[in-house]
Amino acid sequence: MPESLLYCSLHDPVSPCPAGYVTNKSVSVWGVGGRVEMTASKFMAIQQALQPDWFQCLSDGEATCDEATSIKRARKSVDRSLLFLDNCLKLQEESEVLQESMIIGVIEGGDVMEERLRSARETAKRPVGGFLLDGFQGTPTTLETRLHLLSSVTAELPEHKPRLICGVSQPDEVLECIERGVDLFESFFPYLATERGCALTFSFDYQPIPEETLLQQNGTQEEGKYVDQTKKSKTTSCNREMTSFEINLKEKKYQEDFDPLVRGCPCYCCKNHTRAYIHHLLVTNELLAGVLLMMHNFEHYFGFFQAIREALKSDQLAQLKELIHRQAS
Amino acid sequence: MAAVVSPTSLESAPRIMRLVAECSRSRARAGELRLPHGPVATPVFMPVGTQATMKGITAEQLDALGCRICLGNTYHLGLRPGPELIQKARGLHGFMNWPHNLLTDSGGFQMVSLVSLSEVTEEGVRFRSPYDGDETLLSPERSVEIQNALGSDIIMQLDDVVSSTVTGPRVEEAMYRSIRWLDRCIAAHQRPDKQNLFAIIQGGLDADLRATCLEEMTKRDVPGFAIGGLSGGESKGQFWRMVALSTSRLPKDKPRYLMGVGYATDLVVCVALGCDMFDCVFPTRTARFGSALVPTGNLPLKKKQYEKDFRPIDPECACPTCQKHSRAFLHTLLHSDNTAALHHLTVHNIAYQLRLMSAVRASIVEKRFPDFVRDFMCTMYGDPTLCPSWATEALASVGITLG
Repeated sequence: MPESLLYCSLHDPVSPCPAGYVTNKSVSVWGVGGRVEMTASKFMAIQQALQPDWFQCLSDGEATCDEATSIKRARKSVDRSLLFLDNCLKLQEESEVLQESMIIGVIEGGDVMEERLRSARETAKRPVGGFLLDGFQGTPTTLETRLHLLSSVTAELPEHKPRLICGVSQPDEVLECIERGVDLFESFFPYLATERGCALTFSFDYQPIPEETLLQQNGTQEEGKYVDQTKKSKTTSCNREMTSFEINLKEKKYQEDFDPLVRGCPCYCCKNHTRAYIHHLLVTNELLAGVLLMMHNFEHYFGFFQAIREALKSDQLAQLKELIHRQAS
Repeated sequence: MAAVVSPTSLESAPRIMRLVAECSRSRARAGELRLPHGPVATPVFMPVGTQATMKGITAEQLDALGCRICLGNTYHLGLRPGPELIQKARGLHGFMNWPHNLLTDSGGFQMVSLVSLSEVTEEGVRFRSPYDGDETLLSPERSVEIQNALGSDIIMQLDDVVSSTVTGPRVEEAMYRSIRWLDRCIAAHQRPDKQNLFAIIQGGLDADLRATCLEEMTKRDVPGFAIGGLSGGESKGQFWRMVALSTSRLPKDKPRYLMGVGYATDLVVCVALGCDMFDCVFPTRTARFGSALVPTGNLPLKKKQYEKDFRPIDPECACPTCQKHSRAFLHTLLHSDNTAALHHLTVHNIAYQLRLMSAVRASIVEKRFPDFVRDFMCTMYGDPTLCPSWATEALASVGITLG
């Protein structure tokens, strides 16, 4: 994929990794082969092999893992991450192949304001290419409580460098973060929707023509009502539960639905196939189901981000936010 | 007991096969099928897309590979999603959005593959559904009814299929019953102008029974004939003799469809014996096990030896997988937690099969088929003496000597 910008993150947002494996000298990641423990040198050796355009620096993201985040643990996450950053920057200087790559500094500090600010100010002093806001992932309610922290952190960061956030991908949460200065997000939300046999159908058309508004609202409300009845109330497993932004193609009601997933969607799936066909593929456990759903879900999700950019340019983010908020359960 | 149906109850069937070239030594032919959804060059390999999908790849990908006919399955589609729904979706073509030709198998083979769930009587085959325990009766009439709803370009008669390893009176019973069921299918067929009903020659591994079946079935003026009941557990020696016997008694101006054959060597030999159409789950199934088909056999890409092999599967292959990816990359994907490799390999293996058939056809048209066969065997086996003896015999029987 020579045309793409390649970013290497530390962890896979959809694979939870056990906590308790960060030391002063190393961080562990998990893959198909098991646990891999990385010191700064080992980590940088891997980056030299991968040669990504950007990569997340080795960091200690476990300050928010426990229920009650202690100040001591928060402080340690900042200290360790800064030490890793300085070591990695030094190793980068000595590496010819990594001269074109950019290190993304990681802001840690748990839920402790003082530590978050320290992390932001100190990281910003280093020659990083951008910033990753770590430790804001979790359940929807935990993000809400951290929004204040988020604003304070981004206020300390230079305007001209990109701000990434990990673990946040749902449309409503994305908008909250954008309002508070975040620029880049991971796309695991459409991926998880695909894995559960769902198609993203939420509207991001904040400027529809009047008659369509009425129709869409009615349609959306119907979908929304149906989902509310069946949705489970617990919100623990982050992003694994079906949301109100999607429809579940396994449901019997789609068996004879010959509409595309989303009317007007330009993706391959919507241009060529029907809900009934996707339903059939899911029911018969066919591999093609995931292929088609993923194509649609990415198209839809990236379309949403296109709408965000347009809304920002024309100062209409509030309208878009209101539309999305209406569709959040 | 079913009423005796007149064997000529069908008006003159359409001649859907146009012969373009014939090998002067062997029985190989190159031709063109004229089907409702477009022409199909023969010899042709038809990939199997059982449940209204080629496992893992889109209709667009399949079209881009040059596939112009593929298979669907009446038994499976008859259960899920069912003929009524597919009819509402504008037939199987509309349901899966496939613009080219479709051939549906009648459900007969499932009698063998799902033998523990089925029971055969003169009426039809009674299946117990593995999904909900419901019983369904698949009769010749019901099979044709479902296939009429599916709207496939070629439909198969319901035949009484026995495994090729079965011997004794059951084989004879199945052969005669298949003839009776052919007549019932012909009578029940509602759309002979839009869908071509093929007969299926049975008779197991018994030359006399096969000969009888051939004699009887060829009295029926159907658009094409399939050779069934082979490609099971029988020895290759018996296999090729039954194929050769069948092609020697089938009309030249109608297509011969050898069911369930898909290994490269088998395809080449059976083209030499006079077959035009083939289907098999092998190439797509083996792809999902991580095996890539190449002119020298196959590459089991999961094996460690491919870990650092940065060549494409086949440098001569023009498929998207070979154009973009290396064996090493596919090896890694095969050891990851997602299915990406399976899709890439399915694309390649279908490309391999279609390319092989294309090359076979070109050699027949250009009057060099025997040389092509020799080259093919050489590449595959290295030395003529290493070529399987059944293949050597079969080829010799139609005038092609190796080495």
